[in-house]
Amino acid sequence: MTTVSMTLNGKKVSANVEDRTLLVHYIREAQNLTGTHVGCDTSQCGACVVHVNGEAVKSCSMLAVQANGADVTTVEGLASGGELHPVQAAFREHHGLQCGFCTPGMIMTAVDMIRRHGANLDEKTIRHELEGNICRCTGYHNIVKAIKAAADQMAAMKTAAE
Amino acid sequence: MGVQGIGARALRKEDKRFITGKGRYTDDMTLPRMTYAAFVRSPHAHAKVVSIDASAALEMPGVEAVLTGEQLVGDGIGNLICGWMIHSKDGTPMKMGAWRALEPETVRFVGQAVAVVIADTQGQARDAAESVVVEYEELNAVVSTIDALKGGAPQLHPEAPGNLIYDWDIGDEAATNAAFDAASTVVQMDLVNNRLVPNPMEPRAAVADYDEAEEHYTLHTTSQNPHVARLVLSAFYNVAPEHKLRVIAPDVGGGFGSKIFIYPEEIAALWASKRVGRPVKWVSDRTEAFLTDAHGRDHVSHAELALNADNKITGFRVKTVANLGAYMSLFSSSVPTYLYATLLSGQYDIPNIHCNVKAVYTNTTPVDAYRGAGRPEATFLVERMMETAARQVGLSPAEFRRKNFIRSFPHQTPVIMCYDAGDYDATLDAALKAIDYDGFPARKAEAAKRGKLRGLGLSCYIEACGIAPSAAVGSLGAGVGLWESAEVRVNPVGSIEVLTGSHSHGQGHETTFAQLISERFGVDTDSVSIVHGDTDKVQFGMGTYGSRSGAVGMSAIVKALDKVEAKAKKIAAHLMEASEGDIQIEGGELKVAGTDKKLTFTEVALAAYTAHNLPEGMEPGLKEGAFYDPTNFTFPAGTYACEVEVDPETGKTEIINFVAADDFGKIINPMIVEGQVHGGIAQGVGQALLESVSYDETGQLLTASYMDYAMPRADDLPSYTLLTTETICPGNPLGMKGCGEAGAIGSPPAVINAITDAINNNDLAMPATPQRVWLASRAALAQAAE
Repeated sequence: MTTVSMTLNGKKVSANVEDRTLLVHYIREAQNLTGTHVGCDTSQCGACVVHVNGEAVKSCSMLAVQANGADVTTVEGLASGGELHPVQAAFREHHGLQCGFCTPGMIMTAVDMIRRHGANLDEKTIRHELEGNICRCTGYHNIVKAIKAAADQMAAMKTAAE
Repeated sequence: MGVQGIGARALRKEDKRFITGKGRYTDDMTLPRMTYAAFVRSPHAHAKVVSIDASAALEMPGVEAVLTGEQLVGDGIGNLICGWMIHSKDGTPMKMGAWRALEPETVRFVGQAVAVVIADTQGQARDAAESVVVEYEELNAVVSTIDALKGGAPQLHPEAPGNLIYDWDIGDEAATNAAFDAASTVVQMDLVNNRLVPNPMEPRAAVADYDEAEEHYTLHTTSQNPHVARLVLSAFYNVAPEHKLRVIAPDVGGGFGSKIFIYPEEIAALWASKRVGRPVKWVSDRTEAFLTDAHGRDHVSHAELALNADNKITGFRVKTVANLGAYMSLFSSSVPTYLYATLLSGQYDIPNIHCNVKAVYTNTTPVDAYRGAGRPEATFLVERMMETAARQVGLSPAEFRRKNFIRSFPHQTPVIMCYDAGDYDATLDAALKAIDYDGFPARKAEAAKRGKLRGLGLSCYIEACGIAPSAAVGSLGAGVGLWESAEVRVNPVGSIEVLTGSHSHGQGHETTFAQLISERFGVDTDSVSIVHGDTDKVQFGMGTYGSRSGAVGMSAIVKALDKVEAKAKKIAAHLMEASEGDIQIEGGELKVAGTDKKLTFTEVALAAYTAHNLPEGMEPGLKEGAFYDPTNFTFPAGTYACEVEVDPETGKTEIINFVAADDFGKIINPMIVEGQVHGGIAQGVGQALLESVSYDETGQLLTASYMDYAMPRADDLPSYTLLTTETICPGNPLGMKGCGEAGAIGSPPAVINAITDAINNNDLAMPATPQRVWLASRAALAQAAE
């Protein structure tokens, strides 16, 4: 057993877990944040994507101990002060989700994608970047639209702020 | 939010919890003292279970129990059943082999469970499961659909000699044969409909909790139809009587058919919970899902089309072998029969049809309904044949189809179905216009200059949805009625709860159903909540599959709303001293026509519950229930047009344009309907280009993870162009036909017709992988050079 501590959605947390515990299980079971999902066993589906020190990571592909001391954000930590993150709002606005199971991972991937590409995101790039996130419901059509819309909106907000 | 009635692109009420990580799926449930289950599964496709030694596992940390099939059978847990009786053409009933939730004697597919370990943590349960020593005596396995019927093939079940489950016929064989004798042209094809895995992103899961004091079970599970699950678990598997079993299907992460069925794991979890006296959680991992979720499709067919001199179809003759896997899953028997062969008339006026279906056992995962269930198989056959016939007789595929369209309704086909309404020219016209059919030769020539092969393929699909009048399906062998129920509760302050037997696992019922209430009463959708998925809350329901939530589920709500409205009007008339016939409901108010007298919906609701001043003899309260049994199936139909470009150097296919023109009848929320079509097309394109289950000859599943099974990813797919036309369904009060399965049904033949057009070789199997397309393209070039 090992004590793993981290900053999770802005709060300092700690738990004593088996050494083999994956980050996703630490988040879901030790910290009871069940928004991060497990959809496969092979790091393919992306339902478990979270941000570790600001970068998108499949939380099933790292041990909890590897995230010891890290700053971790899950989908629960994305909205601030009751205000949805623009990517969350765009997924709703553009019907980018149906059953909702892949959605947390999709949103976390999209936030990271927009951070890296900004307003330069086009459909082709979005589709390529989504290679590691599987959705079975939407056919991706509206997810792509939602991410594009969010990227454009966030770029406009950034410009307005400057 | 305001009033958002029928036709509004209302944003979904359920989305907030999903986008903020607050969804509540089965795996998110944790109960005090909960244990975890891990199954011990067969590594062999066919073997005798000689012995199970759990002694080492029982010594491991945290292990509560190791339970086997012998104990399960000893406790009186019943065998899994198939609930739709099919009779062979000789009148004998289908041959159902015994299927136990934990198998004590003979395993028949890789992954079949023989024991279950219950432990304090999931890790401990899994570790211990690996330490259970099972001795097997391997038997020869039969894997392929065609091999199952061969003499000398390994035999699966003593109940089914020759591995034959049934040998079933539909249509007039003699008349169809006569049509072929008189035909000017006969078109023939051998077609395989590849086996698929449904793959909802949420793996199946169960949390079972036995309450010893009350002798009562609660099961949280990933189900599309919790009431049917309770019924089957009670009536057939003897887990508990219905009033002692509560089944809750909370947020469910997709189903596509695979979560209709009641599987061994749910049964074992409930039973184990009583055995160990603690709650038991089981969550499937993805490989378990590939091994044990019911697969879909898997048909091998020979089809023949007879044409007269005017290129009108005079006969259609089909022989199909359908692989049902190692056991008969819950509705498996109906899929290659009444959900398949009854749609072989397509959108066409075909006077004579005959189809023979042989269903077989193989040492593979059981096969059952997957999005479309039988109708994609029928559509693939019909639409590949139509395109091929057009090419053979030298007509354009659009013109050949038009020549044979049904144009008068109702239309009785020779294979049971009576189509109630449709306009097939309208969807074909819309699709051809959107894809610029006339401009295609120029685009093909332009592509050729770039060294690319362009092709265009059509698919004019029809499906039978709603499923269906109970008496009709009963006469065809269904073990259940297929109606739906609803209850509308107006609360004293005027907010409304709608209890429905439909179940949403991505379809957006919480929004769509609320829109119906908003339309009827003019109330804000925010004041409406939809209650579903809990047998303790909703009296009964048949669940969601077969594109039935709108046409059947909402029709039940309409019937309940009619009753609520009638009572509300009576109360309003009494309170305002007006005639009941003069009361109109508008904008959340009950008004006396032609006057300024009015009461809000809330005032009338409150009056119903205070009961201080009700009409003489009226019961207090404002709550009504209804059951709705459809009068017919519904018949969504449309045309899908797909344009592809093939790179002859690599065989890689790119979809350049995909147009779907659908007639779903009345649409409540176009945004949600479009989403359903997008997802359906993605699954159909997946079948056509990417997905297929592979077994090796010993029955090992080679495609048991996302590393091996090609799920469509975002960069495999295009954006789609969607159009709708509308003919109102005359069979239900809202005129709805259903939209959930169309995309998966209509798209595979459109894609394959397009690729075969591009490469000029009609011999191409699904999935059309780059290797297959490259080989077929090379073969066509070689033949042209000869």
